[in-house]
Amino acid sequence: MSLGSGILKGLVETARNFVGSYYDPARLVTIQYPDERRALPEKARSFPMLVYDGENPEKGLRCVACKICEKECPPQCIYIVLDRDEKGRPRRRPRVFDLDISVCMSCQICVEVCPFDSIKMNTEFELSTADRFGALLLHKMDLARPASYYLGLHPVEAGQVNARLAAGPGHAETKAKPAAAAPAAGTTSEAGDAGSDRT
Amino acid sequence: MTGAPRAQTEPVETLEQIKSRIEAAIPGLGLEIQCNGAVPGQASLVVPPARALEAARFLRDDPQLALDYCSNVSGVDWLDRVVEEHARVTRVMDGQERVFDECRERRVPGHLEAVYHLYSMRLRHGPVILRQRTVNRVDQARVASLTPVWRSAEFQEREAYDLFGIVFEGHPDLRRILMWDEYRDYPMRKDYVEPDDYEYEPTPHDDLREKARRHYPIEADA
Amino acid sequence: MNRRMPEDVLIEALSTGDLVPESPSRAAVLPRPEGAPRAASEARPHPIVRDDSEGALLEVAVGPHHPSTHGVFRMDVVLDGERVVRLKPVFGYLHRNHEKLGEGGAYLAAMPYTDRLDYFCSLTNNWAYALAVERLAGIEVPERAEYIRVITAELTRVLNHACLIGFLLQELGSMGTPIMYAFREREKILELVEALTGSRMMCNYMRFGGCRCDLPSGWIEACREVVEAVPRFLDQFENLLSTNEILMARTQGIGALSAELAVQAGVTGPMLRASGVNYDLRKVDRYGVYDRFEFGVPLGAHGDVYDRYMIRMLEMRESVRILQQALRAVPAGPIINPKARLRGFKPPAGEVYGRIEAPKGELGFYLISDGSANPYRYRIRPPSFINLTILEDMCRGATLQDTVVILGAVDIVMGEVDR
Repeated sequence: MSLGSGILKGLVETARNFVGSYYDPARLVTIQYPDERRALPEKARSFPMLVYDGENPEKGLRCVACKICEKECPPQCIYIVLDRDEKGRPRRRPRVFDLDISVCMSCQICVEVCPFDSIKMNTEFELSTADRFGALLLHKMDLARPASYYLGLHPVEAGQVNARLAAGPGHAETKAKPAAAAPAAGTTSEAGDAGSDRT
Repeated sequence: MTGAPRAQTEPVETLEQIKSRIEAAIPGLGLEIQCNGAVPGQASLVVPPARALEAARFLRDDPQLALDYCSNVSGVDWLDRVVEEHARVTRVMDGQERVFDECRERRVPGHLEAVYHLYSMRLRHGPVILRQRTVNRVDQARVASLTPVWRSAEFQEREAYDLFGIVFEGHPDLRRILMWDEYRDYPMRKDYVEPDDYEYEPTPHDDLREKARRHYPIEADA
Repeated sequence: MNRRMPEDVLIEALSTGDLVPESPSRAAVLPRPEGAPRAASEARPHPIVRDDSEGALLEVAVGPHHPSTHGVFRMDVVLDGERVVRLKPVFGYLHRNHEKLGEGGAYLAAMPYTDRLDYFCSLTNNWAYALAVERLAGIEVPERAEYIRVITAELTRVLNHACLIGFLLQELGSMGTPIMYAFREREKILELVEALTGSRMMCNYMRFGGCRCDLPSGWIEACREVVEAVPRFLDQFENLLSTNEILMARTQGIGALSAELAVQAGVTGPMLRASGVNYDLRKVDRYGVYDRFEFGVPLGAHGDVYDRYMIRMLEMRESVRILQQALRAVPAGPIINPKARLRGFKPPAGEVYGRIEAPKGELGFYLISDGSANPYRYRIRPPSFINLTILEDMCRGATLQDTVVILGAVDIVMGEVDR
């Protein structure tokens, strides 16, 4: 083998990277967190949150405690207790909605199956805590976020949800059909989750 | 839309033809074909463990089949089942022949199974699926090891032994592979009971909560 | 139980599981000519060790806490000085009984768990599972979804091969330079994946009958930019590595695997093709829409570690070809079969074995359905697990540092090996 010509070629490469790291944006890939933060894409997801309309989280919560998300969650991290009034009749609200984020794997299946657009994905990830058990079990009020916050996080998706909800109740079916049959113009599309079946 | 999911290139012969050729080549070998309700192209050959090695060698060495690549070996656990059989029976009653629908219950004893998916790298066809069944799940859970024929079965048969308890006779190194060596139970069996040594799980779910509560105090929440 | 079969020579090549013999007879290990294929009819593959000096063989556990073992993986090596006499891979430290979890929930609930098998390449794992279920239930997939599946799978392949070369070089002692260059490319691809699926690694993207959600606006252009930059990255990467004398000296002739043994042992993926066997599932099974793209399948001649490294480089270039063709031709249309159901999905009773060419090899799913919403049997055919079968054969007679290099080229990830 010749005298290290391969190694020299490699050293040229590393020199190019080293020198380039002073001025070439392609080489400057380090983000100085927490002073700079990367902008998260629209669809980014960390853990679920419950959306409420209006100002009052108790009254405006969209969740009706149908328990579909509890049933479909793969690691079974959701626990829901339905609220009942004095006579024992069910109210369309959860009394308890616990989500254990130490178990949650952010798979987003609860969001896909919710018929009422009430559970959506949050993007907060700076959740470290010293209490390994209690602080990672989020209750209903910890999970509640206003609809404006949801709109700020995922504008495209929230826009579609709002349009659908504004069209009135009983249009839950329309979520499935237009999305599934939408022939996207060209090669890109604004459609969010599609094809989800409401049964 | 594209068509229905394309099946792999199947061998030129059907499974029936393969079966008759094996039986012609190896006299006294009784094979069965088990049909596949969902994917007809993936029916399997049930081979008795006593002669499985010969059948496997035939499949590997036959020039038309050349199944030199054993892709997957998996264990399956079938519990004791009660199977209802409906039959139309003609009986004589009150001097007349009448036809009755009889429903009989038959107890099928459980067994363990080792399923082999075989392909040919040389001729690029497959799969031919072999099954070996044990006599029961209790004390006669032995089948022949096909590791001498296909080396790729070595670790996979060890895994089937580890997780199901199927003993592969003739395997060169049959010991546990995923669980530790001193482990006693077979985790993938359908009647496996999980050990009750949970770390504290705050997820307040029904039976998990009961199990956790037996070990640790849990704060009651709303 | 450990009865030896007298007739078959391959059994002679397997160790019996008992380790250090009492008074071994030893010799210097015979040097093997480079690249000589090992005929299956050889009576004994190696004289193990025979020499005249005193001393015992040393048994060392390499791992499970070890920077070079690709995760929690242990090798019990029996050493004669520096040479490996026997090697037993021991794993199971990451065993989560994924197969039982799959039986416990619905078919859809197993999809996020498949992400965690080969955690580098979650999109291909998802595709393999979705393919198996679609074959079981006879669900058709729309064209747009097939193209997106191909694009994400090839991006994953580039990502995986680049990182693997980075890890291999890391184990050779390069202390971080190639691995960081590879991770820079990986970062670009992960940003694309996050924009598409919402998560960088655990994507949970494929559904039975298509994909979960459609491409966001501008994604195809961004993907095209990333793909155009990959050949330049590969050129620089190759300039750095391929003719490097240290790499060549340490990887050529090491860990040679003959074609017959590779086929016998069920090795698949780049390791098989490095031994010269032309078997790539994208060409053999032609699943998805792969038959619409022109791409080559690189093959190696020697089957050693250097060949495996070169095969992965060349496969990345082929993946770029596929990506360029696919990105030009993504059709409009639905992203999922409208008849597909998320909840209450019950495929017919029966079984299926579906497989794809994952970056590490053939990833297969064997599903038995009894007609209910949960699978009766859910089995994963993991490529890394099966590629480890001949680790001992490749490492016998090599030195300990070569063992680490050979293991690096096998490309294992423990999430898949242990499930």
